[in-house]
This record gives sequence, structure tokens and C-alpha cells, in this order.
Amino acid sequence: MPPELLRMIIAAVLVVSFVFLNAMVLGYMERKVSAHIQRRPGLMEVGPHGVLQLIIDGLKLIGKQLVVPEGSNKFLFRLAPLLSFAPCVLPFVVIPFSRKLQIVSMDVSLIFILAMTSINVVAILVAGWASNNKYSLFGTFRSVAQAVSYEIPMLLSLLSIILMTSTFSLQGIIAAQKYYWFILVQPLAFIIYFISGLAETNRAPFDLPEAESELTAGFHTEYSGMGFSFFFLAEYANMFTVCSIATILFLGGWKGIPLPLGDFTGIVWFMLKVYGLLFVMIWARWTYPRVRFDQLMSFCWKYLIPFALANLLITAVVVKLI
Amino acid sequence: MSKRGYFGELWFGAKSLLIGLKVTIVEMFKPIVTVQYPREECDITPNYRGHVELVFNPETGGCDCIVCGMCAKACPSDCIVVKGEKKEGEKRKSLSLFSLDFTKCSLCGSCVEACPKSALDYSQDYNIAGFTREEFHYDLIERLERRHIQPLAAAAGGN
Amino acid sequence: METAQLNLEPATDIQHDNRYYLNMGPQHPSTHGVLRVLLEMDGEYILDPQPVLGYGHRMHEKMAEHKNWMAFMPNTGRMDYAAALPYNHGFVSLFERLCGIEVPERAEYIRVITSELNRLVSHHLWLGAFLLDLGAFTPILYTFIDREKVLDILEDITGSRLTYCYFRVGGVCKDIDDKFVTRTREFIKYQRERFDVYNKLVTGNIIFLKRVEGVGVISKDMALRYGVTGPVARGSGINYDVRKNEPYSVYPRFDFEIPLGENGDSLDRYMVRLNEMEQSLRIIEQALDQLPAGPFLGKVPKKLKMPVGDSSFAVEAARGELTYYMVSGGGDIPYRLKIRVPSYSNLSILPELGQGILLSDLVTAMGSLDLVIPEIDR
Repeated sequence: MPPELLRMIIAAVLVVSFVFLNAMVLGYMERKVSAHIQRRPGLMEVGPHGVLQLIIDGLKLIGKQLVVPEGSNKFLFRLAPLLSFAPCVLPFVVIPFSRKLQIVSMDVSLIFILAMTSINVVAILVAGWASNNKYSLFGTFRSVAQAVSYEIPMLLSLLSIILMTSTFSLQGIIAAQKYYWFILVQPLAFIIYFISGLAETNRAPFDLPEAESELTAGFHTEYSGMGFSFFFLAEYANMFTVCSIATILFLGGWKGIPLPLGDFTGIVWFMLKVYGLLFVMIWARWTYPRVRFDQLMSFCWKYLIPFALANLLITAVVVKLI
Repeated sequence: MSKRGYFGELWFGAKSLLIGLKVTIVEMFKPIVTVQYPREECDITPNYRGHVELVFNPETGGCDCIVCGMCAKACPSDCIVVKGEKKEGEKRKSLSLFSLDFTKCSLCGSCVEACPKSALDYSQDYNIAGFTREEFHYDLIERLERRHIQPLAAAAGGN
Repeated sequence: METAQLNLEPATDIQHDNRYYLNMGPQHPSTHGVLRVLLEMDGEYILDPQPVLGYGHRMHEKMAEHKNWMAFMPNTGRMDYAAALPYNHGFVSLFERLCGIEVPERAEYIRVITSELNRLVSHHLWLGAFLLDLGAFTPILYTFIDREKVLDILEDITGSRLTYCYFRVGGVCKDIDDKFVTRTREFIKYQRERFDVYNKLVTGNIIFLKRVEGVGVISKDMALRYGVTGPVARGSGINYDVRKNEPYSVYPRFDFEIPLGENGDSLDRYMVRLNEMEQSLRIIEQALDQLPAGPFLGKVPKKLKMPVGDSSFAVEAARGELTYYMVSGGGDIPYRLKIRVPSYSNLSILPELGQGILLSDLVTAMGSLDLVIPEIDR
């Protein structure tokens, strides 16, 4: 067996297990953070401080039946969770966790990640359509409109970084932040990216597709068991991807103060930064009410896109002058 | 929008969102207020109104019930059944059955107020659960014996 | 229910092809109980919302025709479980008015204090649930922290936490003690500080303001036409509060204001309720200061002999005007008891309120009406 193939197989196994592990850590974090924000202890029962709860939850979900509703498109209904899960694993292939820890080094890795995260919306569309449920359909329509419009400010804000570094390679972008993090020179781009990222991953306050009080559970109302847990895994994997892009582009990626951990220093810093951002995402979710659909759109078109364009323009002029 | 203008809105909004985040992060580091129920239990106020039960009178070693039936009459949901029988050599009837159907009880307290001898009181049990309805058909005489008379007898036997 | 029946038929008309029906409830997170709203929709816009009632009907009014006052007391607390004491209050006062029973002064003060505490509890619950409708999960747990404190105080004297059966014809069933007074005073101080948290977390929040400003506008005229009462009417600027307009108990002795809104939108109703909580604290404070000594239960005949005739009594419940109307044919059992509940008329405004608004706005508007479904169905 050629060593490259062997490496890829090991990498694939690692990536998929990382996606599961990440969902567990994030699920635990979300429940613990929300609990403490609400002055309650949260998970306490399974294992010390409930750390094993998510494993039990996972087993429970695996053991459950996937109920396929009558009148639904059965093929698409079963396809949608896989369609949602598969593309969100792929970005992990190109994310540089550390100086050496990167499965494939691609010149266009940023574009690859953005392309992959965008596929998620297709999965939501398929899921909502195939469910044959009006509430699911609502969630789907909202989600598609939301994802399509928020992709624009997201890309525009990232473009200003690309203008500065003139590379799409993530390692190249990290290397360009040798002396300072880009958040210092591009704070506006970071804020716009982060807000769009929240909307892109359907997180509160932009969680309209699954708005509980309006649409019961939105596009995954009809899903149970593993069908639901694939959406769940995909959501958390997407959150991780969004935050890791923010880390790489704005917070210097795996760079940080040297720690006495040898080669692991990079991955420790990377994870710390990513989970720091994820904490902010969770924190915001448990603080704010949900925005209304038209407000979501007007915020995107009236505020984010003009500001992102202006930022891009200024960046272009400054880069040209220097 | 019209009130504050384009940039005013942005400034106001950003500030309000940050204030909101500050509130939740401060609350996050405050102590927990919930009680971990099966392991910890709340202190129940002595005035808590649980289901009714017969009051133990240490002087007579039993209850003061005179089988007048006022409680059963006062009950709006007919959940109390009181029966007495006349034993030989006694002037009055003595209590032979006092059953409470707690599934029907609405905890209004009419029976306690109606009792002329104050032989009824509220219990402090609040964590009651069961699998069948019959588990909530309480025999209050048996309950009184289990709670008061038997421990006394056990204590006396121990001496 | 005729209109609702009519709408149950699917639209077969080809012209109305874009329209469809959506069932919101009876099991839906934002209907807070077993209310079903049948929505005729076009996209996300609602054309015609029709509430369908009766899923929680328990025949309380009929039950009253077979029971004496004490036997019906527990039922009053179970109509509006969020604020049961005003329901107790109205019911016992009805009999007192008809039979001419004197109530000791101390009992009236206790009634006012506990009723106002209960109003606070109800508004705590509403505040949390309303924010839950808007998608914010945390405020409900903050208001529940405060709510629990009041419930503990009330439990200490009434013996129960939710469906109180505390008032009696002629007074109350248990006296309050010094511990109650000190605990209530402590709570008033605590609650005043907590308003700051509510205001920072909710009232000032831009997302919240955007969601409620100008949503579900009830004009003054519309409010009058539907006969809405309580905070919903006051949010539209109608200065009507039974405590002021038709004073009962010892309310005239206290100095408090009736908060009013201007535009009649959801924000105004929110502000009215928040200010009402503050006013309730003021009433409780004054009542505790003036609390007279004396008996807590007046002299009442064991079997109430009601004269032939009728009587009605209105109180300001947490959701609006609550009226009991009783026709007595003598004896101790009412011939007929009619209960006018505030939520019923507040809900009746929904079909007009919900025309042409978004589904999200309907959820907001319904939340701001503060409906308690078992009260509507009774």
C-alpha cells in the first residue's frame, strides 16, 4: 500500500472521529455554559460533572428509530442528513491545526472550505422539502434565504484579508501574520465575518430556520434518531469550521507564545482560540432574543454588505499605496 | 430607525448587545440557585398543605377522631370515607376506617377546618409518586400507626 | 365556533391556490397551553387567524351550580393558575356582597398584599414566557429565580405554591406573621434591584425592541370594541383599572399609579406590565406599613344563607377585569354563576390583530396578550 494512501486513510478516520469528538465537547460546553448563565449546574449525573452525558445521548440517538413520515419523499428524506454531514467533514481536511498538522495542503484551501460549508444549505433544503411538513418548509425557506444573503458579506470580509496576503493558502495566511494578527488591522472585517458566521451556521440570534417558538424545530422537525444527530453533528462541525477560519485569518492561527509542549504548542493555541470564539457564540446564543426574518435581511443588506464593501475598498486602496 | 438614524441605530444596538452580554457573563459566575432534588431537599415550611392525616395524640395513644363525619361532609370532592363501629363496653363509636382518595383531593383544607376535634392536619409529605392510582388511596389509620404508634411500641419494646 | 368550522374546509378554489392552512397548536411551543389557532396563510403572512377553543374545558361554571361556596373555592384557583388569588378574592367578595358579611380590616389588608404578590408572580411568569416566545431562553430562568422567592413567601402562609385556596368568606384562613412581613419587605428591596437586570438584558436590547416596536398594534377604538381589559387595554392608553375605577377591598387607601401606554403595540404592553410590577411593590409596601391588628376571620354563619337575588363582583386580576356574577335562588348553592374572564376577551381580538402580519409577529402579539388558556376554556 502506498504510504500516501495509508496516510489518507488514517487522516480520514481521524477527521471523522474529530467531528464526533468536537460535537461532544461542544454539546457539553453549550449545556454547561447555558446552565451556568442561567444559574443552574447543568449536566451532573453521568460521570463527574456529567462529562459522559453526551456519550449516553449519542448511544440513545443511535438506538432510536428514524421515523419516516407518511407522504414524505422517502429517498430524499433519508439522503438529507448524509448530505448535511458529509460536506462539513471535508473542511477539516485542509485546516492547519498546527505547523505540520495538516492533512492536505491546498493552494485554494480557503475557497475549498467556503465551498464545502455552503453545501450545507442544500441539505437543509432537501430535508425541509422531503419532510412534507409546513413547519419544516418554513425553516427551509428561511434558511436558504439567510444563507444566500449572508454569504456575500462573509466573502467580502474575507476578501480584504486575501488582498493583504495575496494567497488563498491557509498556511500562507498564517505565515503572513508574522508580526501582528490581522484582527488588529481589520477589526471591522472580523466583526462582519463573525456575525455572518453566526447566521451561516444558524446560531442564535439568527437561528430562524429552527426558531423553536415559531416553527417548533424548523427543518429537522420530522427527524429522529441518527437523522437528527447528523444535523446536530453538522451544525457543530460547521461552527468549528467557521471559528477556525476566523482564527486562521484574524487571530494568527496556531501561532502563539511558545509553550513547553514541543510540536503540540501550535495545536494547543489553535484549539484555545477556536474554542474561545465558540464560547462567544454560545454566550451570545443564551443572551439574545431572535431577530425577525425581514430584520435579518435588512441588517445584512443595509449594514453588513455596505460596511464590508467599504472595508474592502479601503483595504484595496491602502494595499495599493503601500 | 427614524428615531435614531442609520449610525445612531448602529451605535445604540452595538452598545445594548454588549450590555446584554455583560449581564449574562456576570450571572454566569454567580452561585447556582437550583436545588439538586433527589440528593438535596428543600426545607418545607411547617405550614405546607399536603394531604390530610390524622393527628397523633400522645395522651391517648391514638387519634382524637369521634367519627362525626364532618370532614367527609365538608369535602367538595367526596374523597374521604369515615366509618366507625361501636365496640362493647364503650359509649361512643370508635374509628374503624378513615380512607382518603388523594387522586380526587384538591387540597382545599375544608376537612381540616370542619373537624371539631382538630384531629386532622396537613402532612408534610410532598414527594409522593406512584405507578398506580391505588397507591394514592391512603388508609390514614394505618398511616398513623406506622408513623407514630409502631415507633412508640418499638421504643417501649427496646427498653 | 362556526367560523372556525367553516375554515376547516381545504381551499379547493384554484384562485386561492397560494393560500394554505397551518395549524398552530393545540401542541405548539408558543400557544402556552392547549390553544389551537387555525391560520390561513400566504407565504409567511397570515391572512386570517382563527382561535379554536375548548381543549381544556372543565365546566367550572356548571360545577358551581352544585356546590356551596367552600366546595367551589378550589375551582377558582384552578381557572387561572398563574394568578389564583385574585380569583379567590373575587369569589369570596361576591358572597360577602350578597350576604352583607363584614370583613375584618386586617383580612382585607392580607388579601390585598397576597393578591399583589400573586400579580407579581403572574407577571414574572409572563415576562419569562414572552421572552421565550421571542427566542431568548435565559430571561425566563432569571424571572423564575425571583418568582420562586415570592412563591416561598406565599407558600409559608397559604400552604400551597400555585393553586391557592386561601381566602374564605369573611376573611382569610390563616393569619400572617412577622416572618411574612420581614420576608416580604426583603423581597421588595430585592425585586427593585432586579428590575435593573431586566432592563439591561431585555428592555434596552436592540433585538428585543425591534421585535416588539410597532408589532400587534391595538388602537384605542379596537380595544374598546373588543372589550379588552387589563394591561392589554392600558397598553392602548385606556385608563381602566378596576382597582381605581371601581375600588374594592382597601385599594382606595393606597397611593399608586396606573401605568398607561400610548401606541398600543407589544412594547407598550410590555412596559405597562413592567411598571405594574413596580406599582404592586408600592401597594404591598404601603399595606405592610398600615397593617392593622385584629382578627383575620370575621363572624360567618356555618351554613351561608343567601338571600334571593343576584350579585356581581369585579376584581382586577393579573390579566384584566375578572367579574363574577351570581344569581341566587336562596339556600347556600348558587342558581347560576357566570365568570367573565379577562383572557377570553383579550383573545377575541386576535383575528383582527393577526391579519396580514408575519408568523413571527403573531407569536409576539400573542405573547404580549398574556393568555392563560385554562382560564379561557374554564
